[in-house]
Amino acid sequence: MRMDLIQPFIGSLDAVLAEMMKTAPRIVDLTMEEEGYRRKGLAASVSFKGEIQGRVILDMDPQAATQVASYLAGEEVDSAQPMVREAVCELANMVIGNAVTQLNDRGFQFKVFPPAVLTEEQCAAAGQDSEATILCFETPSGNVYLDISMQYHRRRSRERSTVAV
Amino acid sequence: MKQFEALTRKKDNQAARYLIVDDSVFARKSLAKMVESFGGQVAGEAGDGCTAITEYARTNPDIVLMDITMPQMEGIEAVERIVQEHPDARIVMVSSVGYQDNILAALQKGARHFVQKPVKPDALYEIIRYVLNDDGVASPVHAGGERDR
Repeated sequence: MRMDLIQPFIGSLDAVLAEMMKTAPRIVDLTMEEEGYRRKGLAASVSFKGEIQGRVILDMDPQAATQVASYLAGEEVDSAQPMVREAVCELANMVIGNAVTQLNDRGFQFKVFPPAVLTEEQCAAAGQDSEATILCFETPSGNVYLDISMQYHRRRSRERSTVAV
Repeated sequence: MKQFEALTRKKDNQAARYLIVDDSVFARKSLAKMVESFGGQVAGEAGDGCTAITEYARTNPDIVLMDITMPQMEGIEAVERIVQEHPDARIVMVSSVGYQDNILAALQKGARHFVQKPVKPDALYEIIRYVLNDDGVASPVHAGGERDR
């Protein structure tokens, strides 16, 4: 997977979490997965289609998700409340939206779809058909995972024409 | 949350009324708090573009805060349809997806401004103040009650 396509997602998560948690997260692990993603906490997914096609899963330890929920709500939120899942969705929307904005301004055309909360089964199914890069960010409230799976269609079509010749 | 000088309507000195459109309950709640800190009143909320159109007609707000990526009908199409029926509608796009094509499309359809998420209250306040003042609809009221000029 091209790092120049992943970098905007890292930068965006870094900036958004730093704003909400008042401290910059730290990347502590990077792995490649070819099988289904195993959810660690509360997860949401955002899909995009176009020259770059794929999906990004944002997965947060419950304590980190609760801190973000409290920031977004402007008041203390109980970790058991359903709104914590909604907060993960909104955070995914912000992180991926900001990253997609950077990629689009660099000339990649694609459309983003609304975020969706992922169950454990949906998480596993989401990663079964493609290779994904999984980044683990450490924050004072727990870990945050970014599972990025994308295909670059413009390059693939060029490769297909080369093969045909 | 920080309190701002209230943005009130010039015609009757009442609080400016807002329609908040976003598929995220969280985003709506967060924007509603900001609007209240600006001295505004939430006239209605909608979770998609279709509902936004009917809510606009029902509430006739002074300003609309509109997300772009939503289910059923996206924000840019909703802007086009609202402005077709209400040419004076003041709509500010509020979205995490802020690339130039999107911003341009929204402005071409009749949106007045764009704010990228995560929204900073100070930035949103200045934009709303600009958009409202642009039409002479509202201006901040200082503690003593005197308007900005």
